[in-house]
Amino acid sequence: MSLSHADLRRLGRLAKLALDEHQLAALNTQLDNILHLVDEMQAVDTRDVAPMSHPLELTARLRADAPSEPDRRDAFQQVAPQAESGLYLVPKVIE
Amino acid sequence: MNRTAQSDWEVVIGIETHVQLNTASKIFSGAPTTFGAEPNRQACAVDLALPGVLPVLNRGAVERAIRFGLGIGGEVAARSIFARKNYFYPDLPKGYQISQFEAPVVIGGSVRFRVGEGEAAYEKTVRLTRAHLEEDAGKSLHEDFQGMSGIDLNRAGTPLLEIVSEPDMRSAAEAVAYARTLHALVRWIDICDGNLQEGSFRCDANVSVRRRGDEQLGTRREIKNLNSFRFLQEAIEAEIRWQIETLEDGGQVQQATVLFDETVGEVRVMRTKEDAHDYRYFPDPDLLPLEIDDDWVARVRAEMPELPAAMAQRFTDEYGLSGADASVLTASREQAAYFQDCVQAAGSALAKPCANWVMGELAARLNRTETAIADAPVRPVQLAGLVQRIQDGTISNNTGKKVFEALWNGEGADADAIIAAKGLKQVSDAGAIEKMIDDVLAANQKSVDEFRAGKEKAFNALVGQVMKASRGQANPAQVNELLRRKLGA
Amino acid sequence: MIDASVAELRQALDARKVSATELAHLFLNRIDAHDAAIHAFITVDREGALAAAAAADERLARGERAPLLGIPFAHKDIFCTEGVRTTCGSKMLENFISPYDAHVVTLLKEAGAVSLGKLNLDEFAMGSSTETSYFGATHNPWRAGYVPGGSSGGSAAAVAARLVPLATGTDTGGSVRQPAAFCGITGIKPTYGTVSRYGMIAYASSCDQGGAFGASAQDCAALLEAMSGFDERDSTSLNRPAPQLRAALDAAPQDAARPLAGLRLGVPVEFFRDGLHPDVVRALGDARRQYEALGAQCVEISLEHAARLAIPAYYVLASAEASSNLSRYDGVRYGHRAADYDDLDSMYCNSRSEGFGAEVRRRILIGAYVLSHGYYDAYYLQAQRLRRLIAQDFRAAFERCDLIFAPVSPTPAWKIGEKADDPVAMYLADIHTLAVNLAGLPGLSHPCGFSEEGLPIGAQLIGPHFSEVRLLEVAHRFQQNTDWHCRRPVLSAA
Repeated sequence: MSLSHADLRRLGRLAKLALDEHQLAALNTQLDNILHLVDEMQAVDTRDVAPMSHPLELTARLRADAPSEPDRRDAFQQVAPQAESGLYLVPKVIE
Repeated sequence: MNRTAQSDWEVVIGIETHVQLNTASKIFSGAPTTFGAEPNRQACAVDLALPGVLPVLNRGAVERAIRFGLGIGGEVAARSIFARKNYFYPDLPKGYQISQFEAPVVIGGSVRFRVGEGEAAYEKTVRLTRAHLEEDAGKSLHEDFQGMSGIDLNRAGTPLLEIVSEPDMRSAAEAVAYARTLHALVRWIDICDGNLQEGSFRCDANVSVRRRGDEQLGTRREIKNLNSFRFLQEAIEAEIRWQIETLEDGGQVQQATVLFDETVGEVRVMRTKEDAHDYRYFPDPDLLPLEIDDDWVARVRAEMPELPAAMAQRFTDEYGLSGADASVLTASREQAAYFQDCVQAAGSALAKPCANWVMGELAARLNRTETAIADAPVRPVQLAGLVQRIQDGTISNNTGKKVFEALWNGEGADADAIIAAKGLKQVSDAGAIEKMIDDVLAANQKSVDEFRAGKEKAFNALVGQVMKASRGQANPAQVNELLRRKLGA
Repeated sequence: MIDASVAELRQALDARKVSATELAHLFLNRIDAHDAAIHAFITVDREGALAAAAAADERLARGERAPLLGIPFAHKDIFCTEGVRTTCGSKMLENFISPYDAHVVTLLKEAGAVSLGKLNLDEFAMGSSTETSYFGATHNPWRAGYVPGGSSGGSAAAVAARLVPLATGTDTGGSVRQPAAFCGITGIKPTYGTVSRYGMIAYASSCDQGGAFGASAQDCAALLEAMSGFDERDSTSLNRPAPQLRAALDAAPQDAARPLAGLRLGVPVEFFRDGLHPDVVRALGDARRQYEALGAQCVEISLEHAARLAIPAYYVLASAEASSNLSRYDGVRYGHRAADYDDLDSMYCNSRSEGFGAEVRRRILIGAYVLSHGYYDAYYLQAQRLRRLIAQDFRAAFERCDLIFAPVSPTPAWKIGEKADDPVAMYLADIHTLAVNLAGLPGLSHPCGFSEEGLPIGAQLIGPHFSEVRLLEVAHRFQQNTDWHCRRPVLSAA
């Protein structure tokens, strides 16, 4: 499997990464090489093998429904790039 | 557009409902869920997606999903999986929403309800596809902060049950009736506070139209985020009009997500981004599969209240109420409980007059004063006492309304006390009534003559005079009978 | 004192021959003297260390005794530490001061261990050489200009150079075992779920696991025991009693001459077949004979899928999870936000492109690709199926042996920059460690020799789930009879 520049730009949009057009070709080659490496696995017949998501295959442990977290807004917002009146500020959201 | 044109088209509607579950804490964190806190004061490290934090599933949210599954006769999945739905949005701190994708917690089930009123009313069943647990997002506030938007993550992580219906509805009226029934149900089984203004119950409607007889479904558009029944109705009607007009003008409907602008009553297409719908779902490695064993389901089942449909059936079977009455009385658990208590005190023979009072005078008064039935000043036992006094002839139905008014205003402990204090007891003493009739006949010779001359109207005038003389307390049936005898009729 | 084992430090502290404060100064001075050349630390927390040491001294003065009370160590800079910046080796978090402590950090604070600071790593733990760190590469203490391995290269280098006696690490695909091998020390990654991941910055959640570095198995046991234990904030944390590691190691073997009698060591033929550096072949051969001399019986086993498919399966699954895990770095609530942007979308794209380095960006893109519409089944799902085949390989192997004996890496440490522009060459170097993470197994790396060039070589022991005690015990018997773990690099004077 190899990627086109268009594929790469689509992935950039999905992952919110601005791709440097000058290095697109180099990046494309690197990603193609990685995909070539992983494409080895396509040859394996896994029709009867169930996917495995988790190494120990345990089941969910549930939490009691009780509030336990105090308000720590001030501490949390100390690391915020931009906050005002308790809100995180971002460039205008347009729906 | 005229009616005939619209009837050439069949409307197909499916609804996705986001129900906020009324847990005390969030679905994957220990932050509280109370509504209306200052911005970001109820957003903990997990809700903010700080580096390194992890989700742990709230048992209370799962339990509510089980209640819902039992409430709609669906299958509670023995094993369900949480997945990540990946997309970027400022109100989505992790850059993904934890939801259930391929393996939801509830599968199937159905909702049955009445549509319309009177002769035209009919029963409708809508099948449910699934219901799954997920987390709510935060809110973007668009007021101007130096030309920027403000993000409040208090709502982020609030548990949601997303309920997906099959495309079984054929009109806006059916869609609204479905939504109302679902709304009543989630409150009935106490998994949601049902507060529409606060966004606890939000609907997305998938609408398409096709020419009658067409096999294939038309292209659908999804109207997002409708949080009132009126907007749901108006939005669907506007969308149907738009789709039919577009198709009749030779245009095509493009699949899209639209928003309803309630101020102008129109839908508009949301700004969509390319690739926006490649959500790259995959099982969340931070959360293990959710297993719900039979014991847990059995325990929840044992705690379930009688469901509205079963209760309505019982009201028709045991009390002989009409299907329409039973359906109205079971519109909310509080109203049904009120009615039940009332009938229990009055005796089941009086179920019908109890129902009439609950749906009539009481409902009107609650509505006018915007009072919840649980807070009604007239308690079920008091209303039962009133109904009994009407039934045994102590007071007339009209006097009953006065007694109700007095009970509402707290003028007496029960109907009997008010009847006694106000002297409202119906006069049924034949001697006393005869005395009043004699006086009236003596004073109204003209009416007597007219009656004798064959004018039936004159009789009514005389009855009126006697009732007036008794200040309305004479038993009307007795007045009638005695008067006819006196007049030799 | 610098070369003392944890047990010796413990005795000295308990006997009041040295105070925790003196020990902290001793190691801080050593950091001052040597870390400019090695660059193991991203942040040295002198103030915090001395405060913690003073508190430990008070506890010791009150007569309190605890395994790590007053012992200096340092954290891989992937564990969130309240009040001390936590960078994860990334520009994205260059100025991130965590408002909370990771579970492991809390446990070690409570244990009275004295953290001297935060150790370098590959950016977001993505790498095998510590070269992808935004803060610059760490040098192998055995030879400047060579990598210490990765991603926990700062941890391994710091312990090897005795800048600290102990260090925490994390291992997603070999990130504890491989740098331990490259730096000539001992490192253990326990069974998935043993060490809480709460507050450990996620790379690939289903493989990430905290681990411990020390000179010896005994030192590792002391640290790992303190790091382990159930944490209700991590859904994947194992709710079982933490293993009692130190006690098991302290017990005397029944047969002192053949302490490993009865142990069946599985030797996976595929792992020794080809591609191994001759010095690695020689060192592993020597170690195998040593194990046999101690009474172990070596049996040939096959790990066919693990050997052939671990690289593709791992790089698909880990990249997929990473692409999603790293979506939270969006410049909104913390972390780097670009100075220039036109709108929300460009704020996201610019912040993330500036904040992440090349390797992180590559893995995010690969991850987005293997999860995207139309490719999910062929890549992500197929990799999950291979994961099961790999796990089954191990299960079958452990029916024939108690532990597996394998190389850690095909080669000793390489030169800084040698593989920097060739991600695939870097990925191939992980061939012997990845499968263990996919199966959630515990693995240990201990020194077993040196290359011709004088670079350390490690041997790997892999056990079934929950076999940490056995792994450490076997390595300990090896170390009681060898001195590879006692060798120290000669550091040039500052």
